[in-house]
Amino acid sequence: MKNLMNWIEYRLPVMEKMKIHMTQYPAPKNFNFWYFFGSLAIVVLVNQILTGIWLTMNYEPSAEGAFRSIEYIMRDVEYGWLLRYMHSTGASAFFVVVYLHMLRGMMYGSYQKPRELLWIFGMLIYLVLMAEAFMGYMLPWGQMSFWGAQVIISIFGVIPFIGDDLTLWIRGDYVISGATLNRFFALHVIALPLVLVILVFLHIMALHEVGSNNPDGIETKRDNDGTVPADAVSKFEFHDNFTKGGKKVIIDSIPFHPYYTVKDLVGLAGFLFLFAYVIFFMPEGGGYFLEAPNFELANPMKTPEHIAPVWYFTPFYAILRAVPNPLFGAVAMFAAILALALLPWIDRGKVRSVRYRCGLHKLNLVNFCISFVALGILGVLPATPLYTLLSQLFSFTYFGFFILLWFYSKNENTKPLPERLT
Amino acid sequence: MSNAPVDHGRRRFLTIATSVVGGVGAIGAAVPFIASWSPSERARQAGAAVTVDVSKMEEGQLIRVEWRGKPVWIVKRTQEMIDSLPDHENRLRDPESKEPQQPHYAQNRHRSVRPEFFVAVGICTHFGCSPTYMPNEFAAQAEGVRSGFFCPCHGSRFDIAGRVFQNVPAPTNLEVPPYMYTDEFVIMVGEDEETA
Repeated sequence: MKNLMNWIEYRLPVMEKMKIHMTQYPAPKNFNFWYFFGSLAIVVLVNQILTGIWLTMNYEPSAEGAFRSIEYIMRDVEYGWLLRYMHSTGASAFFVVVYLHMLRGMMYGSYQKPRELLWIFGMLIYLVLMAEAFMGYMLPWGQMSFWGAQVIISIFGVIPFIGDDLTLWIRGDYVISGATLNRFFALHVIALPLVLVILVFLHIMALHEVGSNNPDGIETKRDNDGTVPADAVSKFEFHDNFTKGGKKVIIDSIPFHPYYTVKDLVGLAGFLFLFAYVIFFMPEGGGYFLEAPNFELANPMKTPEHIAPVWYFTPFYAILRAVPNPLFGAVAMFAAILALALLPWIDRGKVRSVRYRCGLHKLNLVNFCISFVALGILGVLPATPLYTLLSQLFSFTYFGFFILLWFYSKNENTKPLPERLT
Repeated sequence: MSNAPVDHGRRRFLTIATSVVGGVGAIGAAVPFIASWSPSERARQAGAAVTVDVSKMEEGQLIRVEWRGKPVWIVKRTQEMIDSLPDHENRLRDPESKEPQQPHYAQNRHRSVRPEFFVAVGICTHFGCSPTYMPNEFAAQAEGVRSGFFCPCHGSRFDIAGRVFQNVPAPTNLEVPPYMYTDEFVIMVGEDEETA
């Protein structure tokens, strides 16, 4: 056995990689609640891939058969209802987890130098995830699948000169039809998941290169110049990749495995408890995970009274609708996402964690959260004059977060950073 | 093994030349993948423009043609119908057709290229029923307005230019498709000077 292991190790250093990324990977010891969501996102991704593969076994990607085959899965396929609800609830769970994961990054400044690229990969994952979710929502070919797609695809129509040709190219027909459904199916089940998995891999590789940030936002890999107190140095053995042959000392850290794998299992149990509750007792998520009009077959002749995207798109949808000019609305919507991606450069502060930043920053973060949630609620509601005005107000405060941050972060009045993790 | 010194200029030229040729090949290879997303021949046939000869239409007559699976109406309006259009504008939701429910050349009082011929998609903008054409008996639905369209499903009312009345479920005016005259009395529905 030992010989076999050595034989493999010589040809493919599996154990060595395990050490680098798991058993001898140093992680700061003070990870709190907010650090559950990265590993949970991976669990949900696996859930989506597994249930998704099983759903394709009975799904028919065609305008004639799609809706019928979903009914077949729900009623006749053994446990088909469970697999579908795991998949549809998983989509919403994915966004819950990802939004909390992003908020963690914003609170503790995890996007700041040297983690900019890590943050960019995260934003790319988020973008692909949105495309993936949008295309997946079209597949049941219900009323909301059809009309939601109609609204989203028509956003591309506002681009000057090429807009109409571009929407025609995306649809592959003069109206949304089976041609559109089939290409979205292909993208949803193979193209985008492949991209997603590659991006997740790059995200983790980029993370392991620079190491995890922590709730204090201070560096845990210090130069070994004799200034680090002996009791601060971790007693665990970490891989030479991180200690650089003794040039670096690692303080207040523990190996990822088994300490954080075990901790993440606790988070997983809590997550699965809530996840199972939704699947078994409210699989439609109160009409927000699966909207009521989607239980009716797509009908191009009949517009639902109120078209609202699924909840995870609504903050950006509210921004789109807040601007009277459709072109500028679409620009504002994409700018809202781009602003997040540019956060490492908008924030000019040197202190990462909100714990040691100025009071204005704390308020500004609260402002961001309120604006985002308020826009999310407004995006579900019909566009009455009052709601449009409110959407404009909260779009203003949403972008205001970034503008304010850029100004005060340059010469910010911060608290002194601790020497060690608290 | 030759011990001749490396000619860097030549090596760089070859590298660039190979890259350029390879890049052109990659672009060429991308063409079928991108072009395959355009509407197929079948979709193009189904979406083709429809030509209608309106020379034999009588005053006040409505004919239906099918375009992209939708019923398209062509109404030959009487002079009386055209003259009546300004009379009830204070009762309309969007008398000036500000909502983008028509090509720009139909954004006028009669919502058409020529006043006498009205072309519109015959689907109620509320829930997609097909409204009933009432050339003379519309006053029962809208007092003092002689002709218009009445949707039997939820009672939406449109005037003879497809403009929606206030206080009905339909939110917008009837949709006017792109169209053009290819001859004095030949209308091509689905294509206009800009798309042709």
